[in-house]
Amino acid sequence: MLTIYREICGYCGACVSVCPEGALELIDAYLTVDDGVCISCGLCTKACPIGALEVTDEE
Amino acid sequence: MKSEYDVLVIGGGPGGAVAAWNAAKAGLSVCIIEKRPAIGAPIRCAEGIGKDLLKEFIEPDPRWISADIRWARLIAPDGTTVDLDEGRAGAEVGYVLDRKVFDRELVWKASEAGADVFVKTRAVAPIMEEGRVCGAMVEFCGKRREIRAKVTIAADGVESKFARWCGIDTTLPLREMMSCAQYLVTGIDIDSSCNDFYLGGEVAPQGYLWVFGKGERSANIGIGIPASKAKPGLRAKDYLDRFMNEHYPDGRIIECVFGGDPVSRPLPCTVADGLMIVGDAARVVDPLTGGGIGNAMITGKMAAETAVKAIAAGDTSKAALMSYDLGWRDAKMGRILERNYRVKEYFITLSDEKMNTLARSIAGFDFSEISVKAILKEIITRNPKFLLELKNLRDVIV
Repeated sequence: MLTIYREICGYCGACVSVCPEGALELIDAYLTVDDGVCISCGLCTKACPIGALEVTDEE
Repeated sequence: MKSEYDVLVIGGGPGGAVAAWNAAKAGLSVCIIEKRPAIGAPIRCAEGIGKDLLKEFIEPDPRWISADIRWARLIAPDGTTVDLDEGRAGAEVGYVLDRKVFDRELVWKASEAGADVFVKTRAVAPIMEEGRVCGAMVEFCGKRREIRAKVTIAADGVESKFARWCGIDTTLPLREMMSCAQYLVTGIDIDSSCNDFYLGGEVAPQGYLWVFGKGERSANIGIGIPASKAKPGLRAKDYLDRFMNEHYPDGRIIECVFGGDPVSRPLPCTVADGLMIVGDAARVVDPLTGGGIGNAMITGKMAAETAVKAIAAGDTSKAALMSYDLGWRDAKMGRILERNYRVKEYFITLSDEKMNTLARSIAGFDFSEISVKAILKEIITRNPKFLLELKNLRDVIV
């Protein structure tokens, strides 16, 4: 699943439009992921300029 | 907030504000919404714009101009510099804006012209009826309501969610999304009338690092690299931090800016029934420079003009709005976008050695004009041995 490290995230939205599923949304000053839509492909983790996103194994 | 307008503009950046301003000036009822609580903040921009382009829209005002840029330097991987000097060329370079004030000014103009402005108001879904866009469901402080409109203008920036919700694929491939980081740095010894562009695989692979004068002893220092080139430990911020340590270790960072910059071709179609898409959301950023403010304003204005005509004629179908899409493609802006896309696609293939060679070939040349075209022409003239590969470029610029 996708983990958003909120303490790192700069709320810039660079990740939003590389998401092939449209699972990410920047709402005002926080980033959200729709876990039901996210396919954990990890593309967004590359777009992030500061490393706030990571695909981690599900517990 | 009324429940119905002629035009609903989603996004309060320069594209949306100029669209709202022009539509309101023409007498339409206009609503512009911005999801952030403030117009112009947080910044997600290096803030550079060409002087001529800016003046087409608004008279330059010292209140929102941070620096008057008179020359630019391209710095090749081996340190070779190519100077582009306004004084020598007799042409104008540009300004570095203060977007926090500039964006407010544009929205203020829209408001003065009669547009209703709502901040902290976010579109959450389009209103779709029989396949046509009829406005948006918006949310303000937890309350949802419908705003219906004859024409909706999506000016929601790089994220471009609204058009996507309307069924238009705005997804960007990683290689065409520049992952960017920038610091506003103060307390540094720079020429604040100069914009520097550092090139090369070490400093900014397939992108560039910029130092844009931002007033006395201050600069926007930032970098963009394709998201496809980023790796853990080698992200935009890592490259920027390394550059800062090497060049401006004593600089004081007073603002952190992050963002994505689309450097793809524009969307294949920027209209649908009841909908027009402008600015970064339409992917009309210059793919070579990454600059998007001017083109956002151009498309915003053209979209407003099309909306005025379509609403007067009582037809806001895709066919009726198509003149907007065809209009900007046929205009100078559309032609430059296509040219610069091809030029970018060539430049990202260059090794550092090749970049050094090309830079050395034109270093010291007195450019009579400061433009991509002038630089390309000179590169082509001075590098006959690369004629074959430069031929494509030559075909593009004529």
